[in-house]
Amino acid sequence: MTTTTMNDRPRGFTFGEYITCLTGIVWREGLRFLHQRERFISALVRPLVWLFIFAAGFRQVLGISIIPPYETYILYEVYIAPGLMAMIQLFNGMQSSLSMVYDREMGNMRTLLVSPIPRWYLLFSKLLAGTAVSLLQVYAFLLIAWFWDIEPPPIGYLTVLPALVLSGLMLGALGMLISSGIKQLENFAGVMNFVIFPMFFASSALYPLWRVQEGSPMLYYVCQANPFTHAVELIRFALYGKINWISLGVVAGCTAVFMIGAILAYDPSRGFSRRGPAGGET
Amino acid sequence: MGHHDVAAMTMADSPGGMQPQLAANPRQMLADIPALSIVSVSHSYGPRRALAGISFTVAPASFTALLGLNGAGKSTLFSLVTRLFGIQTGQISIFGHDIGREPSEALRLMGVVFQPRTLDLDLSVKQNLLYHAALHGIGRGEASRRSLELLSRIGLADRAGSKVRDLSGGQMRRVEIARALLHRPRLLLLDEPTVGLDVKARADILGHVRQLVAEQGIGVLWATHLFDEIVASDDLVVLHQGKMLARGRVSDVVATAGGQDVHSAFMRLTQATGLGGSEP
Repeated sequence: MTTTTMNDRPRGFTFGEYITCLTGIVWREGLRFLHQRERFISALVRPLVWLFIFAAGFRQVLGISIIPPYETYILYEVYIAPGLMAMIQLFNGMQSSLSMVYDREMGNMRTLLVSPIPRWYLLFSKLLAGTAVSLLQVYAFLLIAWFWDIEPPPIGYLTVLPALVLSGLMLGALGMLISSGIKQLENFAGVMNFVIFPMFFASSALYPLWRVQEGSPMLYYVCQANPFTHAVELIRFALYGKINWISLGVVAGCTAVFMIGAILAYDPSRGFSRRGPAGGET
Repeated sequence: MGHHDVAAMTMADSPGGMQPQLAANPRQMLADIPALSIVSVSHSYGPRRALAGISFTVAPASFTALLGLNGAGKSTLFSLVTRLFGIQTGQISIFGHDIGREPSEALRLMGVVFQPRTLDLDLSVKQNLLYHAALHGIGRGEASRRSLELLSRIGLADRAGSKVRDLSGGQMRRVEIARALLHRPRLLLLDEPTVGLDVKARADILGHVRQLVAEQGIGVLWATHLFDEIVASDDLVVLHQGKMLARGRVSDVVATAGGQDVHSAFMRLTQATGLGGSEP
């Protein structure tokens, strides 16, 4: 028999091994994204439809007063641009979680979860990979929007990056948390209706909250409590080189809570095992 | 074929006596400790009991067949060993590393081929292998070298750049086995790897895995419901409706059950359970 020295290896993983793992996961996510061109196109078309059609139609209906971070009167298109950026990330986060459900059904998730690297790190890497993909989509949207007279200050394209990373992580972690509770792909349509639409409409993405307050104080409080509102505001302020501290705190806090929840949900001794085997195997 | 003395000795031990003893020489230690040790493992999905008090070991350099019909509990057992499910009762260790307490060490020594295909169909063969290597912290240069080496061994070096989607079922399975060996595990788990393959592809894969046992001293747990994949010198664990009906060398199990071959022995064992639940 061939003897081996595998067990002689020191325990734990080196920093380099962690980085290799992270880059491998991001690389695969990127390759998958490139292979799914329709996903990229639909990710772009969705916000552009809102921008070109919805915003143009509503321009005359909704007057926008001067509110921070804006220093002058702005067009409605300019107002909803950050909301649409966040919408791209919301869809991407949910789509990443869709891919996790798909992965689990197809067995790819197993490949990830039997890696010896600690599971929390694998899931965190997966989240980062999803966020990186959403950044590509958001910047492509910003590029097209620029031709539509949405021209934030040049420095804004840089200062918005950390905000996008944080909001991308938050929405990805939320998607991951939800995906841990979904057994089958079919259930995902329900998640779209019960998560994506309420989050998007009950937020400051399409209308400033002061206007919501005039219409319905109750809805105003719902919007205030919606983490998506804070993702939108974080992005809106960052796009103009400013920081909305409350939104930053809420988004950072929600990211941590959703991430811990997702990691616990994928812990074999807690969530994953309770649902039984996939596809009816025993 | 690998030598089975260790397996025979360990199988004769009581489950409680399977705890690995620490030896001064790590190499010696590796030879003495079971590649896989399963002690009194039970698992339920709600009220439905999928596994009840399973105990057996897989020795290094041995081929252990886990025989059972569909629904016997084989995949549940695989999910527990690979830590996809948490262990409810019992203990599972890989070369002495408890899967619950030292998952990283245990998973590092284990390669897995799951029953459903787990390759990414849209990526190339090599991209799939590099991704797996990255998940084990193996850098690109080393991963490329190992991938090429393993693909050459399974006769698919020229398909490294092909999309997995374009491979045949047998080729995909071979790639999955190559992938499972990339991080040089000492234990290989295969969950019905030949399902859906033609006779030649089945024989190729079985032959390849037996070669790994003989030449590299890898311990193999091969789940199957196909009797003709098992030979007399293998170790055998018979699983039926979540219960273990027999374990030991195939020839011993057949003799004890009073059959002429694995098939007749299996029928006798399962019928005996149906009548009164007597276990060999």
